[in-house]
Order: sequence, then structure tokens, then C-alpha cells
Amino acid sequence: MELSLATRVVAAHTVLEVGGEVDVYTAPKLRERIAELLDSGVTAVVVDLARVDFMDSTGLGVLVGGLRKARAAGATFGVVCSRESLLKIFRITALDQVLPLYPSVDAATAS
Amino acid sequence: MATVRLEFTPEPAHVRTARLVGVAVARRAGVPDDQLDEVRLAIGEACARAVARHQRVGLRDVVAVAFTDGDRYLVQVWDHAGDEEQITDEEQITVDVSASLLQAIVKDLQVRPLESGPGTEVQMAWPVRRASRLGR
Repeated sequence: MELSLATRVVAAHTVLEVGGEVDVYTAPKLRERIAELLDSGVTAVVVDLARVDFMDSTGLGVLVGGLRKARAAGATFGVVCSRESLLKIFRITALDQVLPLYPSVDAATAS
Repeated sequence: MATVRLEFTPEPAHVRTARLVGVAVARRAGVPDDQLDEVRLAIGEACARAVARHQRVGLRDVVAVAFTDGDRYLVQVWDHAGDEEQITDEEQITVDVSASLLQAIVKDLQVRPLESGPGTEVQMAWPVRRASRLGR
């Protein structure tokens, strides 16, 4: 399944809804979209992975890059993920200790 | 024993194809269903690694993959890239994360230089379930 990207605003946060597969082919599109949001002045980004079926190390690298870029811009950056297969790769790589992970959009936007 | 071989130009778009083929062969070989997600991820990581190695040195030669259905399910990925140039911070994160993932999810993993010429071989193996194979 190809990557899908859509944004909506929830409680002053810009939620980037990601769907499909985030891999070495599609991750650059996600990187560009996150950069566009931050460059446009968005100060609170939430990346919602609820509809992501598959993610590889390139996707993880893009999320870490997004966190760094957000911090440099003075913005907040959160990731919503409740799917166990994805949470497992966050844990394996210890990125669950680096990326702010939330179980739901409500939890991410309430922070 | 049956082998499916795949060769592709070093383009990220083809990594997904390799994942799909690899999981299909794994299923037929009798890899338990609860391991197929890890097989898919590992094949993707190994192929993406090979593509990235070729791209960093501007090498257009094909990446080769073999999926072998035998006493175990064996996946081999060959690249032909030599020493890498300097890479960016985000690329380095991806390289490090990819290595962590492969080491964590593949119990039988070997990464070694090719015997002749530049490049590396990633070899990964998974046990297969006998009952599944008898039912074929």
C-alpha cells in the first residue's frame, strides 16, 4: 500500500495522519511533509501512525529527524502509535526513549 | 530445495517488491505466520541497506537476492559497493537503526565481505515448520 498523508488540526496541534507503508521509498515524502509543516510555522506537530501497516529504519530515521528539526524550530513533536508491531521496533531500537510516543491523538494533543 | 532469485537496479521502489516476494516464499517454505512480519522487515532492511550502499557510491549495478526454501528459510542479499563516502547525520541514524533492527529480529544473521571484489553479503535464516511443508 502506498503512503498516504493528511493533516487536520486538533486542540492547536497539527496532526499529520500517516497511512500505508513508510519505507525507504516512501519515507522521503513523509520527511518533506514534516519539513513543510515546520517551515510554515506550525508549533505543535503530532504524527499519527494509526494507519501505518509497515515501517522500516528509514521511517524511524525520518521521525528522529523530525523531532530534531522541531526542537530546533521551537516546536513540539509527538508520535501516536498503538500498534504492537510498530511499538516493538521502537523498543528494539530504543527510540521509545527518544521519541515522545502517545497511545492516541487525544493523549498527544493534551500534552 | 527451491530457490527464487531476484535482481533489481538499486532503486528504493524495488525494495517493496523484494519484501513481497520474500514473504511469499517464506510462507510457502513453512515459516510460522507469527514470524512473517519480522521476515518482511528484515528483508526490507537488508535490501534497503544494499540499495543505499550502491547509491552512496553511484553504483548502478544490480542488487541480487536469493530466497531458498530448504531445511530452513535462507535469504541472501548481495551488494557490490566499495568503501562508502561520508554520510549525513540522518543517514547515519538510519544505518545504526537498521543494524540494530537486523541484529534484534534475526537470530541467524551474518554480514560479510564478498570473497571476490567489493561488496557485502547479508545472510539471514529462519526455522521452518515441518507440518506446513508436508501439507504442500
